[in-house]
Amino acid sequence: MSAKFTKSMARNVFYGGGVFFFLLFLALTFDTMKVLPKRDNSQNITPAVEHGKKLWETNNCIGCHTLLGEGAYFAPELGNVYPRRGPDFIKAWIKGQPTGVPGRRQMPQFNLSDADIDDLIAFLKYASEINTNKWPPNIEG
Amino acid sequence: MKYTSQAVAKPYFIAAIALFLGQILFGLIMGLQYVVGDFLFPAIPFNVARMVHTNLLIVWLLFGFMGASYYLIPEESETELYSPKLAILTFWIFLVAGAVTVLGYLLVPYASLAKWTGNDLLNTMGREFLEQPLPTKVGIVLVALSWLFNIVMTVLKGRKTAISLVLSLGMLGLAVFFLFSFYNPVNLVKDKFYWWWVVHLWVEGVWELILGAMLAFVLIKVTGVDREVIEKWLYVIITMTLVTGIIGTGHHYYWIGTPAYWQWWGSIFSALEPIPFFMMTVFAFNMVNKRRREHPNKAAVLWALGTSVMAFLGAGLWGFLHTLAPVNYYAHGTQLTAAHGHLAFYGAYALVVLTMISYAMPILRGRAANPERAQIMEMWSFWLMTIAMFFIALFLTGAGIVQIWLQRISVTPMSFMAVQDQISIFYWAREGAGLVFLLGLLLYIGSFFVKGKSHAFE
Repeated sequence: MSAKFTKSMARNVFYGGGVFFFLLFLALTFDTMKVLPKRDNSQNITPAVEHGKKLWETNNCIGCHTLLGEGAYFAPELGNVYPRRGPDFIKAWIKGQPTGVPGRRQMPQFNLSDADIDDLIAFLKYASEINTNKWPPNIEG
Repeated sequence: MKYTSQAVAKPYFIAAIALFLGQILFGLIMGLQYVVGDFLFPAIPFNVARMVHTNLLIVWLLFGFMGASYYLIPEESETELYSPKLAILTFWIFLVAGAVTVLGYLLVPYASLAKWTGNDLLNTMGREFLEQPLPTKVGIVLVALSWLFNIVMTVLKGRKTAISLVLSLGMLGLAVFFLFSFYNPVNLVKDKFYWWWVVHLWVEGVWELILGAMLAFVLIKVTGVDREVIEKWLYVIITMTLVTGIIGTGHHYYWIGTPAYWQWWGSIFSALEPIPFFMMTVFAFNMVNKRRREHPNKAAVLWALGTSVMAFLGAGLWGFLHTLAPVNYYAHGTQLTAAHGHLAFYGAYALVVLTMISYAMPILRGRAANPERAQIMEMWSFWLMTIAMFFIALFLTGAGIVQIWLQRISVTPMSFMAVQDQISIFYWAREGAGLVFLLGLLLYIGSFFVKGKSHAFE
């Protein structure tokens, strides 16, 4: 590197660049938060959805599944499982685990009540109606 | 070693290596569960193994960062550590908290763990990588603050160098951005948005400052190149890291409910993210070529060069592979992501910690470098682990490409599980490469016990 470009100049560029781009990031964040209500389906967050999200978290569903593409890649995407399978299938599926088929991946039995499962489904329905810019590419997730 | 208080680094390094071994064992369990689905079920379901695998990774890297800073800061500051007692106390608190947390994951159903640890007070659990119970999260904050305090107090009473400044900034960022793990709104989009402020701004932001500082320190020591030159490079590299990486967070905001303009911001800036990694490679090789001394610790030089190359491949190239929005539309959340995650974490962070251990551990054990035979064994372990991890990434990339094709592009898309059956050959191959990786790691651990005539200090 050129000798004219000194260490203290490099340090100043570092501080200037870091601060500038962090402020730009904050500005974009501010704008995102402002327009989010038009996209994030938050008008449909009910107490059931709230409880469903908590069940989603406290049973560590993300440890196997993805939700809007984020999570583990061991089991199917669930961001669009509501339109893919429908509420009745989801309920029966959760209740029927584990399948016990030898050699197949197994989902644990979480011993959720019927009301709990309904709330979890309400959460998955809410998640499926978020505007994700048309992701995933098809219903298989 | 020059300062007796540097010795506190030793237990940190030993704990890091032990937890690393644990991480790999759980990785092998998960790898097998990908193809033999009911392996160890219901004793260790996949989600539990994954929590242990990823949390051990984070914790052993943090142990490595802390040990490395307790070693290098006294030397940079030319003074004893502010409080070696606090460093040792923090070590035991972190180790016990980490062990109790992992035992909690393994022995208690996660929902019960959440109930018993006050998750009802403040919901923070059950999000990827942030699965820790509330008391553990608070503990991580306290440990990070104690670490930061000790380091900053040492820097303040001694010589201030660019390396110690950059390292301290990295640690400050690590502590500050972790606080977002306590924010978990019901609104899923906001939850995900700020979740990345921990995850992305750690690994593609402030952790890179720590990485750069550690690499620069080792390069000064093993090459003898002028500090002014190396520290100038360090500033330029981390400038590029922040310039590209902060807005680069946008590559996570394509499909989670955030506005579509992030596809532009994210694509453009994250396409530039390989630049700092490429510069790091050029930097490391340049410095070693211009070396003004032959350091007897050849293994440490190999780890340092390896870090710069593998970080570029894993974080830079494999990241670029799927970062552009039109590509990511198909690649998002597939095995391609897993390939990138493995190679990037190994190449950038696992390797830089091992570089630091390779350089510092012989000195902590009272010699300039290990005996020739021990170094040869250590270098074998480098090649075995590095090549094995490269193949893990290649197999997962293969799996990811076929998965994308069958599930997302084909005119007759197959279901997720049907696709998984089709790509099981890749998973078997990955498990094989994983076993080679374990062999490399065992060889690495073995190299610490090789006796022989070691290099004395000059």
